[in-house]
Amino acid sequence: MDTTTDALARVRALMARATGDEKHEESSTSTLDALWVLYDRVLHVDPARPADPDRDRFILSKGHGPVALYAILVAKGFIPEAALDTFMEHGGTLGSHPDRTLVPGVEASTGSLGHGLALAVGVALALRAGGRREPRAICLVGDAEMNEGSNWEPVLIAPHRRLGNLTMLVIDNHSSTPDMSPWAERLGGFGWDVYEVDGHDRAALEVALRRRHEHTPVAVVADIPPGEW
Amino acid sequence: MDGMRVAFARTTSALLDEDPQVALVLAEISVSGYLWRAIERHPERAVNIGIAEQAMVGIAAGFAMEGFHPIAHSIAAFVAERPYEQLKLDFGYQGLGGTFVGVGGSYDYAAEGATHHAPADAQVMTAIPTMQVLAPGHEREVDALLRATYANGEPTYVRIGSAANPEPFDVAPGRIEVVAHGGAATVLAFGPMLWPTLQACAGLDVTILYATSLRPFDAATLAGVVGGAPTVVAVEPWYEGTAAAAVTSAIADRPARYAWIGVPRTFVHAYGTREDLDRDAGLDPTGIRRRILEVMD
Repeated sequence: MDTTTDALARVRALMARATGDEKHEESSTSTLDALWVLYDRVLHVDPARPADPDRDRFILSKGHGPVALYAILVAKGFIPEAALDTFMEHGGTLGSHPDRTLVPGVEASTGSLGHGLALAVGVALALRAGGRREPRAICLVGDAEMNEGSNWEPVLIAPHRRLGNLTMLVIDNHSSTPDMSPWAERLGGFGWDVYEVDGHDRAALEVALRRRHEHTPVAVVADIPPGEW
Repeated sequence: MDGMRVAFARTTSALLDEDPQVALVLAEISVSGYLWRAIERHPERAVNIGIAEQAMVGIAAGFAMEGFHPIAHSIAAFVAERPYEQLKLDFGYQGLGGTFVGVGGSYDYAAEGATHHAPADAQVMTAIPTMQVLAPGHEREVDALLRATYANGEPTYVRIGSAANPEPFDVAPGRIEVVAHGGAATVLAFGPMLWPTLQACAGLDVTILYATSLRPFDAATLAGVVGGAPTVVAVEPWYEGTAAAAVTSAIADRPARYAWIGVPRTFVHAYGTREDLDRDAGLDPTGIRRRILEVMD
């Protein structure tokens, strides 16, 4: 086993610690590879400085299935491992939707679908207005979450504002009732630079999630076999 | 006619000039004629995103997450009601501060019909636990209240409109002004209702109070002036009874009679001017006086 495999095995064990489910194949596995690539390879974040003004901002817009995020935040040292033991419990800090006021490393309190992308656009605008050219805003949405009309307002606005410091990561686990494809034509038509990758291909995810243009927001669509979430 | 809106634009422009942490997010309303110059001067943090009010509030919250003091603005219905969940979650639940300025209050846009009315704005805003709700009654009060609150870390709804009092008070958030002392009743006027209330109360032996804050509410002043078994009449620019929770809880320790004079809780299917709809609603001086005399009877 290579180091990444070892590390991911640990993350899966942490996820199981949170949920008490040793099998745990269905729960938040759709986001696991993408989140791991982000936190291990792409995002500039430091658990010692969770409020570093030059950090990258990651927003889990859909808020659902946050166990993979919690496990990775534990693995990367943002939150103590013991916090997983009270997942969804009264007195715990890790709920089934994340609360930014409770969890270091969680940028936004999400769970009601269709909020995170506008927040990310605001963050990206604020970073630019503050003269911070390095950090990026990266927002994870689900394919079914993209049913929400409130997501298409920032889809329209981000290219118009020329937000090169914004990436939208769509986890397409084919849970949408209306067919959301073709993503390249739909998001591309609004002016996004769209990359479609295998959602479990970590090398391809890393390449796509590192993409950045001066004035064009990037959309990375990670395809996941139906049934994972 | 739109002195408060001009004052809002003037103060917002000045704050953008004075404080590099101020951000302005607009959804087309008040760009032309009011804030286009500020947008030209501060293109990075004064943005018109187009007609997308949910995104307007969400983007403003993104600015707040980065330490900015965002100001968002539209017609009252389209800033207080349409993006309500963004106000509730993106600002309220996330613990962020920002300023939301709604123009047109209850039915300033009388001729536009009820799609452009927002008599519920103050009530729905107070349902967000941290939301402050302010109703200035004069353009100078708009400036004072915006400056007092824009950077205080709280979400604040500021209701402005075409109705205004002829003279300003030296107002502060959360403070009731005592305008007149009397013995028969206490009449509490909110924001622009002070002027018709003063006309309605001519010759009456009543205490007249003036409030520009629904939240925070100055319970101490109210409790201190009304006496032991008071008759309290609230004159409200929004739906009647919106202030009931704040007023009754302020004097819950004593028996009292109340009347709530505000916009009737019904949909308006009429056009015309704000003054026309005021008469229909009984919110002109004649109507207000009739109601006050009824309750004093």
